[in-house]
Amino acid sequence: MTAERSRKKLELIDKSVSYTLMILLALFFLFPLIYMISTSLNPDELDILKRMGSIRTFIPSPASLKNYSDVFERMPFGRFVFNSVLIVSSTVLAGLLVNSMMAFGLARFTFRGRGLLVSIIVALMIIPFETIAVPLLLMTNKFGWLDSYHVQIIPFIANPFYIFLFYQFFLSFPKALEEAALIDGASWFKIYWKIALPLSKPVLSSVAILHFLTQWGFFLWPLMVTRGFEYRPLPVAMQVFFGQYPRDWGDIMAFATMMTAPVLILFVILQGQYVKSVSQTGIK
Amino acid sequence: MAKMYYEKKRSFKYAFIFLLPGLALLITFIIIPFLSAFYLSFTNQRLITRLPTKFIGLANYKKMLGDDLFWKGLANIFKFVVIVVPFQTVFALALALLVNKRINFTKFFRTVYFMPTVTTMVVVAVVWTFLYNPEGLINLFLQKISFGAWQPVDFIKNENWAFPAIMFMSIWQGVGFQMLIFLAGLQEIPISLYEAATIDGANNWQKFRRITLPQLRNTTAFVIISTTILAFRLFDQVKVMTDGGPNGATYTVVLHIFNMGFRRQYIGYASALTVVFFLLVLAISIVQRFVLREEREVS
Repeated sequence: MTAERSRKKLELIDKSVSYTLMILLALFFLFPLIYMISTSLNPDELDILKRMGSIRTFIPSPASLKNYSDVFERMPFGRFVFNSVLIVSSTVLAGLLVNSMMAFGLARFTFRGRGLLVSIIVALMIIPFETIAVPLLLMTNKFGWLDSYHVQIIPFIANPFYIFLFYQFFLSFPKALEEAALIDGASWFKIYWKIALPLSKPVLSSVAILHFLTQWGFFLWPLMVTRGFEYRPLPVAMQVFFGQYPRDWGDIMAFATMMTAPVLILFVILQGQYVKSVSQTGIK
Repeated sequence: MAKMYYEKKRSFKYAFIFLLPGLALLITFIIIPFLSAFYLSFTNQRLITRLPTKFIGLANYKKMLGDDLFWKGLANIFKFVVIVVPFQTVFALALALLVNKRINFTKFFRTVYFMPTVTTMVVVAVVWTFLYNPEGLINLFLQKISFGAWQPVDFIKNENWAFPAIMFMSIWQGVGFQMLIFLAGLQEIPISLYEAATIDGANNWQKFRRITLPQLRNTTAFVIISTTILAFRLFDQVKVMTDGGPNGATYTVVLHIFNMGFRRQYIGYASALTVVFFLLVLAISIVQRFVLREEREVS
């Protein structure tokens, strides 16, 4: 009886310690983001500077969207959003198609050199982008591709890691699945499109999410290949804007919020999927 | 008969169409640039020049030996790895253990801890620049918890503080990712192991030492290696916050590659830097393979 009671007591203590810790940690991870949003709502630049070292900074009063309209007035912000959305969505969509097709070719066909090709793909996964950035710059410069959309899209469509994720998934399909379709006279492309792809929704969404996040935040390459605002994506535009003096922190935070909020909302909606895709990257 | 027919249909002729786009892109945009990095590293190639490219042997590599900025960047990266990797790994494991408990709301907290990772690094760097201001929130917080003993510091412009400030911020941003990988590892440990240990009268610490840690060996190796490689690639936050300063305190190898290859357009020299950078990353990956294989043989 007493043993039972003390065990319950211990459990209660453990629970309350856990919750306290979790809440404190949540504050630690959230405060810069809350800070970003609340500062973006403060229209008075002097007030922002006065408040930046006090707790009052978290309560935007008076709150207004002036900084947001400022961002649109000061720069072609819509253009940057359009650039980012266009570049990222075409890279991801083309990537889903090309990478899954290649994986399908590797997983569902038998030919000489297949094993070698798979090994090469695995080896390519080790090459970090930083290694090829400089020769790629020379090459795309020779192509006359600098300052364009395609220089930010085409080199990033095929990705050995995503090919590998699809490959592992396609390997697990039974052969009978395709043989039945072949008897019915279906072409390989139809099998890929109507059978393999619909069955691989979990991998499709994992790859889409990973690819999207990487490209959305991509900074090094767009910084090297874009000038002016015409083809610049959000991260580079933000850095340029941030480097202008005097810094208008209200506007900067409005820019940061507009760049972050849609992705965070999307993440909260797709949270379960995302957790799966990250765990997958750990299992190799 | 039918079997042979379908086996024939599985031949290269049919596969080729599926492989073609991917192969063409991989060869053009990964394999060729990768191989040309090695070739270019032995030349004096510039980005825009009328002069013909000349083969100059090991001159670029010799130049690297006397390049103080390169060594500074390399030393900083090692500093970053030695400090950030252990902290982030232990922190990530602690977070994973915390949100793996069978109590309510853990999913919510997982989501919250992961939010910084979803936030673009450039945004994170900009927001933290504001937080690190001498009159900013971090200084205020330190002053409050030290009862006024803390003297405000301009973290980003201070030679001693700039790099630790970037390290701290990088841990804040990246730890959620490693937490999720640990979480996936934790959830694969069979519960029966813990049940057996409970029957044997093991306490929580013993269970952690004897079951959790050994079972997480592969995951831990993966987390350590991936954090190390990410640390080697340090660029975005440094470029945005300090551009390598003050006085080279936050200079990194990738920033040097960027400055040499893009700003100064010394393609040849930057390629040599790139080759060395790649060999370092390759070495880490080989260590990973080695550690993971050894583990597989043991278990």
